Amino acid sequence: MRLALSVLMWTAALNAEAQSALRFPPAVEAGAAFSVATSGSGPASLYIVGPSQVLRRKVQLGETVAFIASDLQIAGHYVAFLIPATNANVPAERAQFDVTPVQHVATVSFLAKPSRLPVSAPNGISGVAYVFDVFHNWILQPKPVSFQMTDSSGRSESRSTSTSNGVAWVKMNSSAKAGIAQFDAVAGSAPEEIKENRVVQEVPGDPCNIRMSALPSGHRVALETEPVRDCSGNPVPDGTIVTFTESHSGGQSTVDVPLKRGIARTEMPSVPGSVLSVASGVVMGNEIHWSGGL
Amino acid sequence: MIPAVSNPRAGLAIPVVLAAMLWCAAESPAVHVAPMDAVGPRAVEELTKTTLVQDYLHAWQAMGTAFEQNRPEVLQPYFVGTARDQLSTTIRNQQALGVQTLYRDRAHDIRVLFYSPEGLSIQLTDIVEFEVEVRDQGKTVGTRHVRTNYVVLLTPTEGKWKVRIFQSGVLPAARVVAAAN
Repeated sequence: MRLALSVLMWTAALNAEAQSALRFPPAVEAGAAFSVATSGSGPASLYIVGPSQVLRRKVQLGETVAFIASDLQIAGHYVAFLIPATNANVPAERAQFDVTPVQHVATVSFLAKPSRLPVSAPNGISGVAYVFDVFHNWILQPKPVSFQMTDSSGRSESRSTSTSNGVAWVKMNSSAKAGIAQFDAVAGSAPEEIKENRVVQEVPGDPCNIRMSALPSGHRVALETEPVRDCSGNPVPDGTIVTFTESHSGGQSTVDVPLKRGIARTEMPSVPGSVLSVASGVVMGNEIHWSGGL
Repeated sequence: MIPAVSNPRAGLAIPVVLAAMLWCAAESPAVHVAPMDAVGPRAVEELTKTTLVQDYLHAWQAMGTAFEQNRPEVLQPYFVGTARDQLSTTIRNQQALGVQTLYRDRAHDIRVLFYSPEGLSIQLTDIVEFEVEVRDQGKTVGTRHVRTNYVVLLTPTEGKWKVRIFQSGVLPAARVVAAAN
């Protein structure tokens, strides 16, 4: 019932507007100059309202109303009311029209997440680009966008797409090389492309293959890892905890050591017949069956 | 029901309350929300569906109040960024001109188009029907029934989905295809 009433009101309003002498073009590009003819005579007020802009003009009926480029720059649907002064013998008029975005990309909002991630993460990083015109109106017609990820060694991977309703997005793998990567979104067509850049820190992944050696050191055993790397060969950051464990019939001893310059080292009591092991997180390293250094 | 029968005034009160409730129901807009099952690339969680629509409709209420009372600060809980800046500027322009605009939304047909992979933005379109009334120095100069499309970007801010971009007029391609089907 409400829907039917609503449609009826809308249709009636459209009919009234079709008969109106206030002839706005149905669509005007943002920032474009245009003019509207009026009929009748005498002074009147012209109101143009939309949530993003409000104008009021004193006009003379029968003359053309000119709008300069700076008058209507915000895209949207506008309603116009032409109200004659009280002494004028002509009815009020109204019209509706759209201000549309300029179809040329001037700015790109580019959101890249996360800004820090491990190397070699499949679909680990996402990029979303929104395209706007010079007045920051959202351009909803398809525009080409390319995303490019360049790692710290200069190797790059790119994907091309186009916006759908003003949005383009991509998911990309992080590269195998740790370091600062550049993530770019390029919108529009050459030679007037608009580029936005984000910096992404690609950090080494978990340790991949931990190897340690053991040497006698008096009544103790000195344990030292080889430089600890992730599965792509990147050095694992200093501070990563490496756990050394010594198991023997009398029990078990454990020491946690942070990596320093890529290497973890410690000393433990020398117990002949013990088993020495090393691990970091869930990654196990090699085991050494300690004979006492003999 | 029993007290209503025993108290003659209560018998009158019930239809009045009922009428008030119906009036309130008539004042609130008719809302249709398209299913969000196919929205991507991120799936829309149930809680997000509910809060998104609630917050968006509250944003319309806030906008109506802000424009009617020429109080841009009313926008703050539901608008952010470009949308808030543009609407606030319009309200300040209205104030300077002595103009008020009354927006009364009658119907919303909401369709979510995009939920970003990281969950930080949702794009929707809304075919809105509303009445707009313009007052100059408190005197009505015109009213108009409007049916138009809004393209909206919302982002989660301070526990709410706030409107960041609020652009009317142009129907996006996806919505045209959906409407044609």
